Amino acid sequence: MAQADASMMGAGQGPARAEKLVTSDGTPLKRALERAERQRKLVALGLVTPLLVFLLTVFVWPIAQMMWLSVKNDQIVSAIPRTLDELRTWDGRDLPGENVFAALHADFMEDLERPRREQTTGPMGIRLNYELSAARSAVSRTSRAVAGFEAPYKEAFTDAHRLWGDPALWRIIKREGRPLTLSYYVAALDREYADDGSIVQRDERRRIYVPLFGRTLYLSVVITTMTFLLGFPIAYYMSILPMRQANLLMICVLLPFWTSLLVRTSAWIVLLQQQGVINSGLVGLGLIDDGNRISMIYNQTGTIIAMTHILLPFMVLPLYSVMRTIPPSYMRAAKSLGATPSTAFRRVYFPQTLPGIGAGGVLVFIISIGYYITPALVGGQSGRMISNEIARHIQQSLNWGLAAALGTLLLAGVLILYWLYNRLVGTDSLKFG
Amino acid sequence: MSMPAYYTTKDKIWHYTFRVICFAIFFFLLAPILIMIPLSFNAQPFFTFTREMLTLNPEGFSLRWYEDFLGSASWRRSIQNSFLIGIAATILSTVLGTLAALGLSRSEMPAKGLIMGILISPMIVPLIISAAGMFFFFSSVNLAGTYLGVVLAHAALGTPFVVITVTATLVGFDHSLTRAAANLGASPTRTFFKITMPLILPGVISGALFAFITSFDEIVVVLFVAGPGQRTIPREMWSGIREDISPTILAVATILVLISVALLTVVELLRRRGERLRGMSPG
Amino acid sequence: MKSTLKLIGASTAASVIAMSAAAQDPVSLTIVSWGGAYTASQVRAYHEPWMEMNPHVTIINDDGSANALASLRAQSQAGNVTWDLVDMLPSDAQLACDEGIILQIDHDEMLAPAPDGTPASEDFLPGSLGECFIPQIVYSTVLTFRPDAFADDNQPSSIADLFDVENFPGRRALQDRPGTNLEWALYADGVDPDDIYDVLSTPEGVDRAFDKLDTIKDHIVFWTEGAQAPQLLADGEVAFATGYNGRMFDAIEVEGMNAEIIWDGQVVEWDGWVVPADGPNVEVVLDYLYFATDTQRLADQAKFISYGPARASSAPLVSTHADLGIDMNPHMPTAPENYFAPIILDNDFWVDYGDELRERFANWMLQ
Repeated sequence: MAQADASMMGAGQGPARAEKLVTSDGTPLKRALERAERQRKLVALGLVTPLLVFLLTVFVWPIAQMMWLSVKNDQIVSAIPRTLDELRTWDGRDLPGENVFAALHADFMEDLERPRREQTTGPMGIRLNYELSAARSAVSRTSRAVAGFEAPYKEAFTDAHRLWGDPALWRIIKREGRPLTLSYYVAALDREYADDGSIVQRDERRRIYVPLFGRTLYLSVVITTMTFLLGFPIAYYMSILPMRQANLLMICVLLPFWTSLLVRTSAWIVLLQQQGVINSGLVGLGLIDDGNRISMIYNQTGTIIAMTHILLPFMVLPLYSVMRTIPPSYMRAAKSLGATPSTAFRRVYFPQTLPGIGAGGVLVFIISIGYYITPALVGGQSGRMISNEIARHIQQSLNWGLAAALGTLLLAGVLILYWLYNRLVGTDSLKFG
Repeated sequence: MSMPAYYTTKDKIWHYTFRVICFAIFFFLLAPILIMIPLSFNAQPFFTFTREMLTLNPEGFSLRWYEDFLGSASWRRSIQNSFLIGIAATILSTVLGTLAALGLSRSEMPAKGLIMGILISPMIVPLIISAAGMFFFFSSVNLAGTYLGVVLAHAALGTPFVVITVTATLVGFDHSLTRAAANLGASPTRTFFKITMPLILPGVISGALFAFITSFDEIVVVLFVAGPGQRTIPREMWSGIREDISPTILAVATILVLISVALLTVVELLRRRGERLRGMSPG
Repeated sequence: MKSTLKLIGASTAASVIAMSAAAQDPVSLTIVSWGGAYTASQVRAYHEPWMEMNPHVTIINDDGSANALASLRAQSQAGNVTWDLVDMLPSDAQLACDEGIILQIDHDEMLAPAPDGTPASEDFLPGSLGECFIPQIVYSTVLTFRPDAFADDNQPSSIADLFDVENFPGRRALQDRPGTNLEWALYADGVDPDDIYDVLSTPEGVDRAFDKLDTIKDHIVFWTEGAQAPQLLADGEVAFATGYNGRMFDAIEVEGMNAEIIWDGQVVEWDGWVVPADGPNVEVVLDYLYFATDTQRLADQAKFISYGPARASSAPLVSTHADLGIDMNPHMPTAPENYFAPIILDNDFWVDYGDELRERFANWMLQ
């Protein structure tokens, strides 16, 4: 308790006099205070540490580990070290010489002797196939046949699979024969390496990720705008109502906020599908005929409608809390000074709501840019977003490096936005309910 | 909002138009959720109102989708799983989050910005990235496809909500109270339970509810980290929607809406109580 | 009866050894499959009879096949394989095999011969056995149409008709992946089924296929999940839909949907087992596999689901549907009257060119 007493005593005393003071056990007060300060710092840190350690272990570290996959490139290095050694002097133009093929033969032979679980040619083939189609079967077919190969190996290999006679495959082997790579990022940006090693855009017909990033951004902008257009009037309306009525209406905003995401998504499927409530209602009323039901779901429209609904509360809540704090007297003053209602609104009221718009907008934008579930369920082909592609590469195509590169790009985008958000409004404004 | 007497015709038109627009938006917010409730009593396997339903003929209504829901072993299992995982994750994130909030609210906390950034990162990072990272990590430490894995993952996602709500309660917290208690000879533990805890309790409970609903509603991480043994309600709904969408989904949805109403009420009551306690204007 | 005797004879040695150890130790096998009707058919045809013979074993069904490859790789890299047996598509099996995370299969050693003594490697349909893959069923992606969408005297009958929007107008539901669609485009464009993959390995061939698809682009609706295709037909949203023959069988024969299957150009694919390397009970699993992939068992599965057995010797044993009493023979993709112009899906080709063609297809879908 000594420290606590000392700190109580010390409060309000000048630093000059503090030096001469001692605590009841004889320690100089300044040191006691410092110790107390340190102690409290430790207590504060101690309180935060369990959560910090927990999150660093099960959250931050796993994500860092995943990001590492986007540059990790050990498949070729560990499979054919001798070949890579020989390739060092290769000029990269014509087919490599016999020495390289002999080294490849030696590498493959060694691999055959390893226990199956430790064989490295399989993963190497899969890795090369990301860069050049059919490279996988070039590796897997020859690696199983090498035991019967005889010198000259160059012919043996090129006879076994046409790709071994293609300098393009060798350039890729040389380029990717390093423990780290940027090629997943190159692919994630719809680029590829040209023969001379420069990075060029892919064939137009194979570009999908940049357009997908573009679409994700576009959809997020549209959804953010929609939530703003719908959120602003009701937030304003609630802010000018008496508390009691405003709270009642607030329930209309909070109920969706608290309702399961899948419930809301299935609600929209029920409403929008061709055999759903809206289409059947329109057919029943004779407004459209049975053969011409409107496609409102399993496309971009579906994604936009459902996500606007799902994210609207995230716009309304911060807007409302900002609008509540704007004194109505400002608008009255502007009007009494001769401004028309619309001018008063534009010049006086609106600028004061900007922090709320910023907070809500960035929040909605950040959430929608990484959205996965709703686009997957109601987006069809045209309403898919980048998250869906990341999930596909992890679960189906097994190209984890590319998934990690796409994920890292997405994460970087979100963190930049969050940093901006922090600069604009600060995290303290995050509140719920 | 009452209309001042000096309003011109134009003002009046605008006044009413504005109200109509606002109510249309409120309708947009609520209607999709509410419409599922009557449809879940549909006697037919359709997602539209049948003639019998529109004429309120009792034959048009039935409880068959609720029976389907409660009668199916996989749905029942998912209810169990959802609550089990939700409650365990809530306890973990509430304890860790509350402690951290207490630390963060102290003025002598070093590197506050950085630490706060890390603590709320689960809320900022897109779920697909968190889920992917956890999938790789949990697979490597034998936690993928286990309850513990899902609980840890959900607890991580829930902590930012606890940290933020409890920190918010502590903003209005008078630290002289704990100092007074300490001065009067109370041990730190006793001070915490007798002074701090009652005051921040509303914040802790609403944080816990947020953590619970986060886990209860979470699906992306479940898709990646959980095995078939840990299928939760959202996970069942996900396959239900993707494979064969039947009105059973609507029965589940109706029950979930009722749960959200209950949770919302509790949070709202707590918020008002909290504001009263801190002497703010009653909400 | 004969096959049962044979089976008992053949697996006695293994069983006796396994039994002596197993008598004390209950074993539980985790078998991963696709869930739904498919798992149910495996339970009735394979698991139940086998568990009857091996009371100490319990089989746990895990519906994880859809993402099995990713989970298996993750489990394997972590050195923590919890699955005993996984049902997969052969292209996924090929990848897993290349990575060394599943066992190589010595077909004649590990699988039962046909009742007449034909070794397994000759009894399974040509091209179906993989280095690490044991097929159970043949399924096919078939073109299905609504007869009421066309005049009685003008009903479609071939893949070429799918690409003929003038004579056969209406929307077409295709799967949102390049596989099957590119093959059909070339087939409709006059390429012989045997040459399709040679043509498709050249850039010109790929262009040709996409050019053909372009002709029906404006009439396409894409589907993703197997259940969606019959649904789109049943709802009358499309005139044609491509789909898995088993799903179409269910919709037409069981649920009474008004639709007909065109067997021309059916794209034949296999589905089967792989054994995770380092699985917890490899010996018991191999014993199970010997039983579950024998001639009678494969024929039995067709009683519960409309997919063809992967063994030639099973075909004559296919009988009526266990619950519906329908003779299953005419519904098998392998029935001679259906198997007149099959396109055998080349998994090696798709493992090699899948990434590239998928990117191009995704790009094409969005244009």
